Amino acid sequence: MKIHEYQAKELFGDYGIPVQEQVVISKPEDAEAAMSKLGNFVVVKAQVLVGGRGKAGGVKLARSPQEAVEASRQILGLTIKDIPVEKVMLAPAADIGQEFYLGLTLDRTEKQLILMLSKAGGVDIEELAVNRPEEILRFHINPADGIDEAGLNRVLEKVFETPELIQQAADTVQKLYKLTLEKDCSLVEINPYALVAGNRLLALDAKINLDDNGIYKHPDVEKMRNPEEYSADEIEARENSLSFVSMDGDIGCIVNGAGLAMATMDIIKLFGGNPANFLDVGGSSNPQKVLNALRIILRNPRVKAILINIFGGITRCDDIAKGILMAMDQIDIKVPMVIRLIGTNDKEGREMLTEKGFKVAENLSDAVKQVVAHA
Amino acid sequence: MSILIDEKTNVIVQGITGRDGSFHARTMVADGTKIVGGVTPGKGGQKVDDIPVYNGVKEAMDATRVDVSVIFVPAKFASAAIKEAADAGVPLIICITEGVPVMEMVENYHYVKRKGLRLVGPNCPGLISPGKCKIGIMPARIHKQGNIGVISRSGTLTYEVVYNLTTAGMGQSTCIGIGGDPVIGSNFIDMLELFEKDPDTAGVVVIGEIGGEDEEAAAEHIKNNMTKPVVAFISGRTAPKGKRMGHAGAIISGGKGTPEAKIKAFAAANVPVADTPDQIPGLLAERVK
Repeated sequence: MKIHEYQAKELFGDYGIPVQEQVVISKPEDAEAAMSKLGNFVVVKAQVLVGGRGKAGGVKLARSPQEAVEASRQILGLTIKDIPVEKVMLAPAADIGQEFYLGLTLDRTEKQLILMLSKAGGVDIEELAVNRPEEILRFHINPADGIDEAGLNRVLEKVFETPELIQQAADTVQKLYKLTLEKDCSLVEINPYALVAGNRLLALDAKINLDDNGIYKHPDVEKMRNPEEYSADEIEARENSLSFVSMDGDIGCIVNGAGLAMATMDIIKLFGGNPANFLDVGGSSNPQKVLNALRIILRNPRVKAILINIFGGITRCDDIAKGILMAMDQIDIKVPMVIRLIGTNDKEGREMLTEKGFKVAENLSDAVKQVVAHA
Repeated sequence: MSILIDEKTNVIVQGITGRDGSFHARTMVADGTKIVGGVTPGKGGQKVDDIPVYNGVKEAMDATRVDVSVIFVPAKFASAAIKEAADAGVPLIICITEGVPVMEMVENYHYVKRKGLRLVGPNCPGLISPGKCKIGIMPARIHKQGNIGVISRSGTLTYEVVYNLTTAGMGQSTCIGIGGDPVIGSNFIDMLELFEKDPDTAGVVVIGEIGGEDEEAAAEHIKNNMTKPVVAFISGRTAPKGKRMGHAGAIISGGKGTPEAKIKAFAAANVPVADTPDQIPGLLAERVK
């Protein structure tokens, strides 16, 4: 799950990581009141869950209440990477001396956390990693051992010049680490981590991604969920315990199991078709789930044909067949459906469907070729 | 032979009185697995069919020989269950549970490893050595005893591949689902090493997917260490970037974890990558003597 910069800064604030005062508004005229709180030179930043705000015109400076209202009006009218800007954040414009980068994420290969840091902050870090990888330093933290403080200081010394700054950065790293463990973050990033007046290091931007598996432990974080991260169909799917991702093709897919669902999409593409979605109905075999899945898929006007691919293990093919027949009674399905059932109780499932005039395939490649021909 | 589990393996089920635990304990018994006990705190002394239930893993270990513990408890209790099995010294711990937070898994991984024990999963279908022992949730009847090893990050996709192998007359020595999460107890390389040493495995299928760099590492390992032929399959070629595709580990981020990089790595290791699961038996037949 992704959260906005202002939400990430609220979490930073809770953990004592230095951030500026901020005001979030969704109406341009509210910028005037915000200015009275923040002083007369502010930065106005679009709050969207994608990168590249600066280049898209989503960050502006304002030196008067009028300018702040105007900047807010312009940014709130923007659409950045297809996402309309609904909120802007205002904060005092900082006098930046130098920009650094700090990021803490999971190193899947080493099964440890990895701290990345650089003197070249304020730029696109993924670009930096490709073009000037030597400018990013790395330091591993194994949660089984905690932070090796001497080792951390050695790497901080290569980036920060004075003992005072090293001390501030070490303190921030400790807090980022605590936040990561306690809130189940998959990425915590400060870019830029800026040196401002008074020799202070501040998190001028903040990015946090959270592990979906850990959110149940953190009701405060769950409240930060932003509906715009997901399509309406994705939200409804989640409420129905279906794993769903929207795609741009015209063949709706219902599959059990994530790996098989991905492979089914790949094979559709291989045979010249285009999947409209990824959908995993999960390991249970509740007929209602099949009905819900068909409802969600059929709401997409692009869908010209549907492929149901089930390999029964825990999932029973007769339950899937029951769900399909229930759906036929309750929704008007106008597009052709290709059904492939195999595994637990496939014989029973196939009989139930062939009685009603469906053709049920056994072989996956054959089923995919049929559905591609219909689309 | 087979790897990790065979007809002599003694198994306990953590969470045996739960809905999933009891269902799969019964299915495993029906499939010929020696389930010697179950664990549910507070329910010691009860029985599930003929299987004795213990309060803890240690209590079960004191009562009988335990080679493997398989975990079916809900996600919020999974880390405690893994650590309990590790503290008791169970040599092989298999966690079927889906939804364990990654940061907990990072800790669990090192916890088990430092005790010199082996963890498979979480979020996996388990293991089967057909005709000998099944520890997990896969349908046993699609399998057939034979000499092909299967290693996979997926569940139902593995069934699809196994079904194609069995239909083509190619049996399996052992099939292992290593799990679909970003941090898992055992990776492809751990299993490839075991299959390379197993005299009754003649060839291996590796079923990978987008996300992480385990497939790339596996390809490098195969190039340098494997004498037996390997065939690969990669799912998620059509997945959009940055979206989690069902499995917590199936996400492409920061230019890493792409299907292209994985296919390229396998090609460099002379490992053919099948476009569809039904091509796998043919690719194996050309290479396995």
